[in-house]
Amino acid sequence: MNAAYEFVVGPLAWIAGAIFVLGSIYRLVSMYALAVKKDYSSLPYMDLKYSLRSIIHWLNPFGTAGWKASPWTAAVTFIFHICLIITPLFLLGHAVLLETFHGIEWPTISDGLADGLTMLVIAGCIFFIIRRATVDKLKYITSGMDWFVIFLVLATFLTGFAAYHQWLNYQFILILHILAGEAMLASIPFTRLSHMIFWVFIRGYMGSEFGKVRHAKDW
Amino acid sequence: MRLASSWDWEPGQRVVLESTKCSEEHEWQEEFYASPDGERLACVVRLSDFESGVWVNGEVWESRFDRVWYPRFGPDNRLTVLAQAEMDWTVATEDAAWEDSYTYVWGTRFSEDGAHVAVSVQQDGAYGMIVDGKIWDTLYENANNFTLSPDGSRSAAAVQAIPMGQAEVAKFKAGVFTVAVDGQAWDKIVMNAWTPVFSKDARKVAAQIRLTHFDYAIAVDGGLWPDTYQMVWEPVFNPANGQLAAPVKAGGAWGVAIDGLMAWKPRFFQCWQPVFSRNGQRLAAIVAPEYGEFTVAIDGQPWSWTYPVIDQVVLSDDGSCAAARAKDNDEKWTIIKDGKPWERTYDMVFSPAISPDGAFAAAKVEKKGQHRIAVNGHELETVFDQAWDPVFNPEGDKILVRGLSQGKFLRAVVPVEQYRY
Amino acid sequence: MSIPGIRDRKIEDVGLQAGVDRLTEDQIQKTIKKVLKGETGAKLKLYAETCMRCGLCAEGCHYYMSHDKDPSYAPVSKVRQTMWEILRHNGKVSPEFIYGCAQIAYTECNMCKRCAHYCPLGIDIGYIISVVRRICHKLGVVPLYIQDTAHSHSATMNQMWVKDDEWPDALQWQEDEARDEIPNLRIPLEVEGADIFYSVIGPEPKFRTQLIYQAAVLMNETGQSWTMPATPGWDNSDMAMYTGDYEVMGRIKRAHFDTAMRLKVKRIVMGECGHAFRSIYDMGNRWLGWKMHPVRVMHAIEFYHELLEKGQLKIAKTFDTPVTLHDPCNIIRGRGLMDQAREVVKAFCPNFVEMTPNREHNYCCCAGGGVINCGPPFKNVRVEGNKVKAEQLIRTGVPVVIAPCHNCHGGLEDIIHAYKTGQELKFLIDIIYECMEKPDAVE
Repeated sequence: MNAAYEFVVGPLAWIAGAIFVLGSIYRLVSMYALAVKKDYSSLPYMDLKYSLRSIIHWLNPFGTAGWKASPWTAAVTFIFHICLIITPLFLLGHAVLLETFHGIEWPTISDGLADGLTMLVIAGCIFFIIRRATVDKLKYITSGMDWFVIFLVLATFLTGFAAYHQWLNYQFILILHILAGEAMLASIPFTRLSHMIFWVFIRGYMGSEFGKVRHAKDW
Repeated sequence: MRLASSWDWEPGQRVVLESTKCSEEHEWQEEFYASPDGERLACVVRLSDFESGVWVNGEVWESRFDRVWYPRFGPDNRLTVLAQAEMDWTVATEDAAWEDSYTYVWGTRFSEDGAHVAVSVQQDGAYGMIVDGKIWDTLYENANNFTLSPDGSRSAAAVQAIPMGQAEVAKFKAGVFTVAVDGQAWDKIVMNAWTPVFSKDARKVAAQIRLTHFDYAIAVDGGLWPDTYQMVWEPVFNPANGQLAAPVKAGGAWGVAIDGLMAWKPRFFQCWQPVFSRNGQRLAAIVAPEYGEFTVAIDGQPWSWTYPVIDQVVLSDDGSCAAARAKDNDEKWTIIKDGKPWERTYDMVFSPAISPDGAFAAAKVEKKGQHRIAVNGHELETVFDQAWDPVFNPEGDKILVRGLSQGKFLRAVVPVEQYRY
Repeated sequence: MSIPGIRDRKIEDVGLQAGVDRLTEDQIQKTIKKVLKGETGAKLKLYAETCMRCGLCAEGCHYYMSHDKDPSYAPVSKVRQTMWEILRHNGKVSPEFIYGCAQIAYTECNMCKRCAHYCPLGIDIGYIISVVRRICHKLGVVPLYIQDTAHSHSATMNQMWVKDDEWPDALQWQEDEARDEIPNLRIPLEVEGADIFYSVIGPEPKFRTQLIYQAAVLMNETGQSWTMPATPGWDNSDMAMYTGDYEVMGRIKRAHFDTAMRLKVKRIVMGECGHAFRSIYDMGNRWLGWKMHPVRVMHAIEFYHELLEKGQLKIAKTFDTPVTLHDPCNIIRGRGLMDQAREVVKAFCPNFVEMTPNREHNYCCCAGGGVINCGPPFKNVRVEGNKVKAEQLIRTGVPVVIAPCHNCHGGLEDIIHAYKTGQELKFLIDIIYECMEKPDAVE
C-alpha cells in the first residue's frame, strides 16, 4: 500500500502534471497554428478589449440572456466551478504535499471550509447528473463523453471527501482519490474538460466579433 | 492614347467655353461630360416636359427625343447617346440617329479608335448586340457580359442559348449558357459563362466558365483549358503574342495560369484584375499576399507595401512601371506607384493614368468635394468644381487637364518634367 | 445514426430529393472530408470539442420555443443531428442522412445567432450550420427554390433573374412616375464621383418598385449627391451565401463592390435589407479577402439617422398610429443599429411601443437565413416555427409593425396572416416618405 501511495504521489503525479501542462501547451499551440492556417478570416478580428468585455459579462451569473433564462443552472454552474477550482488549489492536505516534496509554501483554506466546498462540488455533480438524465433537451444531446467527465469529477471529489472523513480504508480511498484527481488533470487537455483551457479564447472570439465588427453585445 | 497625337498639345490653359451658359438657357440640365481632347462639353437637357435634347458646346442637337441618357464621348471625341422616341430606343452619334429603333438599348461601347460603336439590345424580348447599327442575326433568351473587340470588328456576350422555365434547376445545371460571338453561340453549352474577352487581333475569344457548381474553367473559342479550378477570374490576352492569362484558384490559393499552365504559383489570398503591358512583356495583377492586405504583383512578384484595398492597375508600355489606386484604413485614397504610395491622401482618387514610359502617374483627386489633378504626388494649382481624368500625350511629357472652374470649362496642357522623381 | 427529430418530419422537396438520389456514401465521405479539411479549422474543432452539451442555447431559439420545447429543435440539437454525426462517422453518412442535414440547415435554422446570447462558452452555432450548408451545397443537396435563386445570382448577378435592360428600364420608369409628384426628381444613373451609390435587392425592381420610388424621393428632397449603376452589380442581395455557394457569393459581392469602385463613390447606402447587409459587411468581403467592406456600406437605418441628425431630413407630420419595431438580426445583432433605429422611429412615431424581448434579444422573423427562399414547401416550417413571434407581436397591442428588412417583411407577413394578429407591416421608408417634408413636391 505504501509503495502504491509513493507511486501515485510521486512519479504518477509528475506524469499527470506533465500531461496536463505539456498537453495543454501542445493543444493551445497546435490549435493556434491551425487557426492561423485555416481560420485566417476569423483570427484577425480577435480583440483584447472586446474579449474581456464578453468574458466579464459572462462571469456575472445574472448578466446574460443565457444565464437569466436558466437561473438555477446558472447558479449551480458558478458555485460548482468556483468550488471546483478553489478546493483542490487551496486545500491544506494538498499544500502539505507541496511543502513536503518541494518546500513550497502555499496559502490554504481551513479544512472545514474545504469540506463545505467539496460538498458543493458533489452536490453540483449530482445536479448536473440528474439534469442530464431527466431533462429532455439534454437527453437528446448527451453522449458518453459527457457522462465520463462529470463522473470523473464526481469520483475525485467523492473520494477526497471520503478520505478526509476517513471512511472505509483510508489509505485505499486516498490512493483512489489521488488516482482520480490525476486522471482528471491529465484528461483536461484531451477531453471535453479542455473547455478549461480554451474557454477564454472561444468566448473572446465571440466577444470580439460582436464588439468590434457587429457593434452589439453577445450576452 | 495614340489618337491623342493630333490634339492640341501646346502648353497653356484656355477657357473652352462658359459652362454656366447651359444652365442659363436650360432649366433642366444633367451632369456634364467632357470630350477626351478637352475641346467639347456635353450634357442632356430637357426642352419641355416631353422632350429631351443634347447640348454640346452651347448648341443643342437638332434631333429631339422623348428621353436621352448615357451621353458618352468616344476615343475620337464624337458624342454618342441613347435616345428614346415613340417608345422605342435608338443610338445617336453626333446628332445622327441609327436608322432602326429597338425595344431597349444600353451599355454603349467604343472601339479603341472610336470608329465603331456598339450597344447591347433587347428586341421584342430577345437579347444581343448591335454594332454600328447592325444587329446580331441571332438573338437570345438572355444575354449579358457584353464586349466589343478592340478594333470594333467583332462583338461577344454571355448568352442563354437554351430557354428555361421558372426554377428549372436541373436544366440550369445541365447548362443553358454559353458565349456568342457576333451572334453565333459556341457549341459548348455550360452552366455559367462570364466576361468574354477578345484578343487584340479579335480572332480569339476567351471567357470564364463554370462547368458544375464547383468546377471552374477557362474557355477559348469554345474549347476548354485542360484543368478545372476551384474558381477563376477574368482572363486577359497578351496583346503581343495572344497568350491568355487568368487568375485561378487551386488548393485554396490564388495564382495565375497562362494558356492552361500555372504561371504564378497559387499562394495568394486573392488575385484579380490581370493586365498585360502594351508590349506584352509584363503581367500585373492585384493580389493579397496576406488576408486583408492587397498590393500589386508584377510577373508574380508582389510589392511589399500593402493596403486594405487596391484598385485599377495601370502599366507603362513596357511594363517596367505600374500604378494603382489604394485605400487605407482611414477611408483615404492615394496612388501607389512602383511599390511606393504618394505622400498625400484624399477623400477620393479617380482612375490613374501612367505615362507611356512610366515616369509619371497622374490622377484626379478630391478633397472636400473639390477636384485637382495630381502628378507623381504633386497637386497642380487649379482647383476645379469638377474635373475629368488627366490624359498623357503620346510622348509622355505633358498632361491634358480638363475641368470646370467658376463657371468655365477649362482645358490646360501641363508639362510634367518638373514632377519627375 | 438516425435519431428522432428531422427524420420524423421529412418534407418533400424536388431539389433535395434529386440531390440525394445521385449520392453514394463514398462520394459523401469524400466531399465532406474535403470540405472539413480544406475549409474548416480550429473554430469548428473547438466548437465540437468544447460544447458542454448543457442545453442552455435551447431557449435562444424561436423554433424550440415555438414547438413547445421539442428538444430536437434546440440549436445544439440541430448540430447534434448534423455536424456531430458527420464528425463522429468521419463523413461516412447515408444520402438520407444528408437529406435531413439539408432540411435542418436550410429550413430549421435562420442563422440569426440569437443563441449566441445563450451559450456560456461562446459557440457560434450559426457558423456550424453554415458549414453544414456548405457541405450540402458541395453535395448538390439544396432546396429547389433557393438553388434557383443562387443560379440567378450566378447568371445575372442579381437574385431575381432581372435582365440587364430591365434594371435601367425600371429605374427610368420609377423616375417618370415620381416626376408626377416631384417634377425635378432624378434617379441619376452612372454618375462617376457621386457621394452615394444607392443599392437595392433583386426584388425591388421586380415587385417592390415603390421602395425605389420612395428612396429616390428621399435622396432628391434631402439634396444628396447620389447615383445608381446601370450595370449588373446593382444588387446587394446574396442567397448564394445561404446555399453555401461561396464562390458565387464572392463573385456577386465583387461585382457589387467593383461597381461602387468604378463609380468612385464614397459609400454604398443600401435599402432596408438585412441579409444583404450581412453579405456585404461580414461574409462576402471576408471570403474575397477584404477584412472590412472595401467601400463603406451604410444600412438605410444608419443613413436615415444621419439625415435626421444633419437636419437634411425634415419632418412634416408625425405618424400617430401606435407602432412597434422588429429588430432584424443582421443589422441589430449584426451591426448594432438598435439605438439609431429607435431614434428614427421615435422621430416620426410619437406612439412607439417596444416589443419584448427586443434589441439583440428580439425573436427572429424565421424567414431570414435563406429559409423563406426555400419556397412554398417549407412555408409551414417557418410559420409554425415562429409562434413565439406571433405572441410577441400580439403582446404589443399595436396595429403597426415596422420591420426594416425585406426578409423580415416576408416572414412577418405570413406570421401576421397565419396567427391573425391583424397588424399592418411597414418599412421605415414607408413612414418617412409619408411624413417627410418634400419641398419640391407639387400637389
